[in-house]
Amino acid sequence: MPEPTFEPRTTAAASNATPHAQAHTAVPTIVVVGHGMVGQRFLESLAERGLTPAAGAARVVVLCEEPRPAYDRVRLTSYFAGRSPEDLSLVEPDFMARHGIELYVGDPATAVDRAGRTVTARSGAVFPYDTLVLATGSYPFVPPVPGKDARGCFVYRTIEDLLAIEEYAQGAATGAVVGGGLLGLEAAGALKGLGLATHVVEFAPRLMPVQVDEGGGAALLRTIQDMGLTVHTGVGTQEVTAGGDGAVTGMALSDGSSLAVDLVVFSAGVRPRDQLARECGLAVGERGGIVVDEECRTSDPAVFAIGECALTADGRVYGLVAPGYDMARTAAEVIAGGRSAFTGADLSTKLKLLGVDVASFGDAHGAAEGSLDVVYSDARAGVYKKLVIGPDGTLLGGVLVGDAEQYGTLRPLTGTVLPVAPEQLVLPAGSGGGPVALGPGALPDEAVICSCHNVTKGAICEHTTLPEVKKCTKAGTGCGSCLKVIGQLMPPPEDAGLCGCFPYSRSELYEIVRTLEVTSFVELLDSHGREEARGGDGCEVCKPTVGSVIASLAPTVGASGYVLDGEQAALQDTNDHFLANLQRNGSYSIVPRIPGGEITPEKLIVIGEVARDFGLYTKITGGQRIDLFGARVDQLPLIWTRLVDAGFESGHAYGKSLRTVKSCVGQTWCRYGVQDSVKMAIDLELRYRGLRSPHKLKSAVSGCARECAEARGKDFGIIATAQGWNLYVGGNGGATPRHADLLAQDLSDAELVRLIDRFLMFYIRTADRLERTSAWLERIAGGLDHVRDVVVHDSLGLCEELERLMADHVAGYRDEWAETINDPERLRRFVTFVNAPDAPDPSVRFVPERDQIKPDLELLAGPVLAVRTLEGTAS
Amino acid sequence: MATATITTARGTGSVRLAHGEDWLTVCERGLLIPGRGVAVLLPDGDQAAVFMDRSGQVYAIGNRDPFTGAYVLSRGLLGSAGGRPFVASPLLKQRFDLATGACLDDEEVSVPVFAVRAD
Repeated sequence: MPEPTFEPRTTAAASNATPHAQAHTAVPTIVVVGHGMVGQRFLESLAERGLTPAAGAARVVVLCEEPRPAYDRVRLTSYFAGRSPEDLSLVEPDFMARHGIELYVGDPATAVDRAGRTVTARSGAVFPYDTLVLATGSYPFVPPVPGKDARGCFVYRTIEDLLAIEEYAQGAATGAVVGGGLLGLEAAGALKGLGLATHVVEFAPRLMPVQVDEGGGAALLRTIQDMGLTVHTGVGTQEVTAGGDGAVTGMALSDGSSLAVDLVVFSAGVRPRDQLARECGLAVGERGGIVVDEECRTSDPAVFAIGECALTADGRVYGLVAPGYDMARTAAEVIAGGRSAFTGADLSTKLKLLGVDVASFGDAHGAAEGSLDVVYSDARAGVYKKLVIGPDGTLLGGVLVGDAEQYGTLRPLTGTVLPVAPEQLVLPAGSGGGPVALGPGALPDEAVICSCHNVTKGAICEHTTLPEVKKCTKAGTGCGSCLKVIGQLMPPPEDAGLCGCFPYSRSELYEIVRTLEVTSFVELLDSHGREEARGGDGCEVCKPTVGSVIASLAPTVGASGYVLDGEQAALQDTNDHFLANLQRNGSYSIVPRIPGGEITPEKLIVIGEVARDFGLYTKITGGQRIDLFGARVDQLPLIWTRLVDAGFESGHAYGKSLRTVKSCVGQTWCRYGVQDSVKMAIDLELRYRGLRSPHKLKSAVSGCARECAEARGKDFGIIATAQGWNLYVGGNGGATPRHADLLAQDLSDAELVRLIDRFLMFYIRTADRLERTSAWLERIAGGLDHVRDVVVHDSLGLCEELERLMADHVAGYRDEWAETINDPERLRRFVTFVNAPDAPDPSVRFVPERDQIKPDLELLAGPVLAVRTLEGTAS
Repeated sequence: MATATITTARGTGSVRLAHGEDWLTVCERGLLIPGRGVAVLLPDGDQAAVFMDRSGQVYAIGNRDPFTGAYVLSRGLLGSAGGRPFVASPLLKQRFDLATGACLDDEEVSVPVFAVRAD
């Protein structure tokens, strides 16, 4: 084997960038050490102040230790809930290039020479600086227990940590998390999601000791135990034991007991990363942290420190992202020559741990003198709410566990006298005294709604849509806990009407049709249309939409299930009208259903014979079926007679309805498969076939986590686990790809089907016209959490009805093509010319290409016809 | 009430189209579905699209969609805006006024209009 040649290591970014040995030019150089969330926010703050190379104001160099640019560490766990590392990125793809910032990824700073004002990177590159900003963050604290370095011990801090845990977990059955704080519970959720039996070991007498009090801890404990996690509080970890091969086998606890575990995650707090600062002689705190003043300046005026590595002027090290963002803004403002100060921050948090809402804000522990607690506790339901009230009635803080709905309005009210009696705010609905819905309207303009980005209600109310608020103020783009309140502050859109004919949205029309049992378009137009549109013909937008709504509800409202019966015939787009897909030259294509992509050789032969006999172009589709192109209208019934005789049915490729449920070959054949994905795909495709929806629906089932069926690119995707099925929703390919989000995991066959029933019917009920599940999920208030509440937890009490609607659909399904070819009346429309039923369409012609046909476009390419004079219309 | 409107629209007479000096009989009036169209093959090989609106009024325009060259306008959906009937091309959805042939989405474009009689 040849010896490897040693070359100096250069990063990809560095090779394109300005040479680092470049002489000082007129502009100052700012070197940023660390590219985490706070580092990136600092760069954005520089850019906002025009302090960038692109603006000609500074050279900006960033040294990043991790192999990828800044990502959303707060949502690390969501990586397991179906987000990819790319989804977590916080950096717009062209951010660095646009601002001319030099980012060196995977090349951390190793030394600072303050006298010579240079930073040395691990690659050996030396960067001179005028201003140095340390944003090195923190590292996980690993208690010094014997065995802590055994194979199978991890920390939980970076995407790389997660990837390592994920890989190791494949050979593990049981895991333990040391630390029952915020991150520890996140890590425990991740281990559970990986299918491990999970223990949480917390030294304090309760979970999340920093954020919640005893009562909150008890409510949290009960809920988390109900989820199947084993919690050990009030015990320490004495030793991690390992086997002969050096791999973890268990843990010894301080109460004398032991746990048999295969994997241990340490999440016992974090410590500031101040090593670089110590080594270059900057002042650091006794218990760590780089000492900074209110301007975030260290003991060297040319050096700043921001985020979790800094010991701030109020004597604290902040482990939350919002204070870090504040420091980033302060440092950028000061470096830009302005005035700014960081004097301390709000430690309020709201998060969803394992599906449980936990929030604490203000003086959560009632530390202020004379404060009184108002507490509501229902340990059975896992709900705990405490408000801390000052002697004068001022809201000082609170803890909410199990139901943190009110966090968005209560936190901004901290420091004010509540407008209603506090007990009314904590009592559950239906109880005598309350609750009083304290909407965001009650908040003063100066109330901070988004604490991550320090945005007030007044600033938010200057905008009228959520996307605009996010873009202009950044509110709602941090932890996201304020999104609901922002949504409530937005004015309702002026006219959400479907088209010029109806002042209602599609979902409103759905409700009208459902509740009034409307079965006719003209009846709906004349009763609920806009004044000026009543008595008219509707339009190309509302007719198919209403046709689809009536078809979705046909069995329930008593309309015909056949989409071309009676008046419905006039509502359908041409594809639905001819039950085939119109192509560019006026010919149609045909897609027989091939459920799950499974097909017998006999059926394959029939498709081949039909295509050959009618001279059709054949192509395999992306949905694991076969498309036959080039049929004339008059050929459609003849072709379908052959297909129906061979056992095929409509594939609904023409409809806004279920297309296909793709599958991989699954456990039956594949050595990796853990479930029968093909059977599940077939069952689902047959269940939902023909279901009319706001847009097309695609699905897939993968037989294992390798995901060969690409289920996460589908509206609803199913991935097998050893325990059952994980259900993902809202995926999409196309122009705006989106990975589907995990809705629920480890479902049995029956649970899976029931959940999909509810999900699809809820989507059909509430989506806009031509709104795919991905866009719908992004749009609706509360997003995925709301959908999960509705379809999993039945928060609206709708589930029974949704299931019944789907049962009606399944029972009422009939194959449209079988019904068509067996009915002479219905067949009458399948002629090209009403006055010459036997004449083929002379404008549909083909020419050969690669042994098949293609449309003869020259035939269609004639000039636009001259307008003939209108001689008069009589009737 | 709505159903009654449709019933009156379904007469038993025939639909005729002006073609040069003659009136070409196209089909029975009852074959037309309110809100939809049918294609007609003309003796010279050209094609027309004939529509009936909700009130029973019948219209005829050229069947060729000038935006794509395909003979498909008869398969578009009929609608009305401001009391004027139009058809939306089934391919790229441009709308054409059924009474004048003018494209409502591009004033440079229009399609031919045929005189039509439905007894």
